[in-house]
Amino acid sequence: MSSYAILLGRQRHVFDDLKALMAAASPEKSGDRLAGIGADTNERRVAARYLLADIPLRTFLEEPLIPYEVDEVTRLILDSHDAAAFSPVAHMTVGQFRDWLLSYESTTDALSALAPGLTPEMVAAVSKVMRNHDLIVAAAKTSVVTGFRTTIGLKGRLSSRLQPNHPTDDPEGVAGSTLDGLTYGVGDAVIGINPAGDNLEACMRLMELFDRLRQRFDIPTQSCVLTHVTTSIKAVEAGAPLDLVFQSIAGTEAANRGFGVDLNVLREGREAALSLKRGTVGDNVMYLETGQGSALSADAHHGVDEQTVEARAYAVARHLKPLIVNTVVGFIGPEYLYDAKQIIRAGLEDHFCGKLLGVPMGVDVCYTNHAEADQDDMDNLMFLLASAGVNFLIAVPGADDVMLNYQSLSYHDIVSLRHSFGRPPAPEFEAWLYRMGLFDSEGRLAPQASSDVRRLIDYRASA
Amino acid sequence: MSNPIDLDPFARFRAVTRARIGLGRAGDSLPIRAVLDFQLAHARARDAVHGRVDFSAMAERIGATQSVIRLKSRATDRSTYLARPDLGRRVDPTALAGIEKGEWDVAFVIADGLSAAAVEAHAETVLSACLRRMGDLRIAPIALGEQARVAFGDEVGEAFGARIIVVLIGERPGLSVPDSLGAYLTFDPKVGRRDSERNCLSNIHADGLTHEMAADKIAWLTRQALRLGLTGVDLKEDMAGTEALPAST
Repeated sequence: MSSYAILLGRQRHVFDDLKALMAAASPEKSGDRLAGIGADTNERRVAARYLLADIPLRTFLEEPLIPYEVDEVTRLILDSHDAAAFSPVAHMTVGQFRDWLLSYESTTDALSALAPGLTPEMVAAVSKVMRNHDLIVAAAKTSVVTGFRTTIGLKGRLSSRLQPNHPTDDPEGVAGSTLDGLTYGVGDAVIGINPAGDNLEACMRLMELFDRLRQRFDIPTQSCVLTHVTTSIKAVEAGAPLDLVFQSIAGTEAANRGFGVDLNVLREGREAALSLKRGTVGDNVMYLETGQGSALSADAHHGVDEQTVEARAYAVARHLKPLIVNTVVGFIGPEYLYDAKQIIRAGLEDHFCGKLLGVPMGVDVCYTNHAEADQDDMDNLMFLLASAGVNFLIAVPGADDVMLNYQSLSYHDIVSLRHSFGRPPAPEFEAWLYRMGLFDSEGRLAPQASSDVRRLIDYRASA
Repeated sequence: MSNPIDLDPFARFRAVTRARIGLGRAGDSLPIRAVLDFQLAHARARDAVHGRVDFSAMAERIGATQSVIRLKSRATDRSTYLARPDLGRRVDPTALAGIEKGEWDVAFVIADGLSAAAVEAHAETVLSACLRRMGDLRIAPIALGEQARVAFGDEVGEAFGARIIVVLIGERPGLSVPDSLGAYLTFDPKVGRRDSERNCLSNIHADGLTHEMAADKIAWLTRQALRLGLTGVDLKEDMAGTEALPAST
């Protein structure tokens, strides 16, 4: 391990090794402070960025931040690296790579071809020398398209997860939030519920509830009960109508163990869902969630900064060919992302890093009540992410999740973004909205008059 | 453009969910009433997080019948407390010196946690309901902990030499409930105890677990813990008929 040093004026800044340099170069995050690895002065942060900008990208292939021997995520990253795809940027430094990402040469096709040649550490490094502007502009050039019953990530589209959480999983309560969301045209990425209880029977009841609703109204979308991957595997074995397998994942083997998973069980989960062959326009069967700080909270970060560990989670995601992935960016709390500035920055970083690595990235634009943030800040982040071409966003009724006790976006916000940016939902779902009379001829919300809409709102989950 | 509807098509759901459904719209946006209702709920939650428990007044009230000791964590202010949970878990060393070791079965800590409103509204009533159920046990002086988290109790309990520590603490506020109290029980408290070694009751508030129900459960868990010599995942809470609402986090 070599150390890094730079003289700025009369002050010499020394960094012990590459991961210390990466941590110091990171935009300020309370989680890096908590871990004792963040820069302690503003000058030191910029000093680290000067040094980082001059580091060749290939250094990250030669000097793993977390040793190959102790971590299966590192092994996955290095063993699956595509040297041929990497070759167009193989001669570049981090700083040169940043300039190239913003140049006219880095077209959508060029970035798609490059993705398998990039590692999480490379994209994390370049993000640290990019302003928010750069993260938005570069991400907007990427395209990651996936499919199950809808096609998600097409240019000029904006998809959404409908999140009908309920503190006791009451079927009529869940149905109320679901039907409300459908009338706003929300739910083309997934109708996805965080179950209150994690037992198999309760999860299967929810899967059946969503499947009956989908079949009754012939809705082209997919549902997901966000339970542990092992519970989903059991549900498949028990014959449940499961569309997507969910799992929270992180960027180190130890943090994943904290979630009760490893790469093998994740692959088993994917195989189980694939065996059902329920997709119509594609076979992306995984839904994964991530978030900066999760590895630190499990004391499994190996001294690596929270944003770099987060990018490593996208290598795990990429391996599983998911339909959708999102960072739950503001959920973790102020000890990891203190305020709206840090949450907004992290949301843009996560989206950029995921997209550059070829991951179908969405964001849960959200915050808790002990973070220094409010709904105005979420307005800012959602507009920034829509500019950056985010694949999908999460929405709950009135922005208030009454089960997890945090705030996300509202169904209204999705409608508003679609109209502000001229980005309709996934084409299959959009056609259904017209068929149902939920959209008027201009793609706006129609008055709720048609008999189909009445039938939808009158639907009884228990009937 | 707005689309007023004569009848609320979501009326039939309102008895089974607190979710903000059927709000109507102004164009694509939330109508003004829904916006203000949300802001009020968030304002109350924020005030609960940033509010201060009047521990002086509380010490006087509790002190009328019990010995009381006031403590602080190593987090010097609210913003440090929020950003540095590690500091909120440790007792300020100068305050710690005031604790005398004794032969105690149970020590109680009232900690502000993340909701001053919850502590002000529920902590003293739950405490006295617990004490009424524990007349035969040796109870340490009641500790009041400022800028304190759950694990703060570990160090307090260790200093008292208590067999079990009960921490009554303000839970992270949600929009619907800004004043929910939690209770955490830890046998053989000492610095470094893991969360899996505790038992937790949450959702003690007007629409959740009542003060008396909470005290029943705390007293039951305390006696089981003293009998079995443990708390945590191996101590199952299996009292019939007193099912708690699901934990909020």
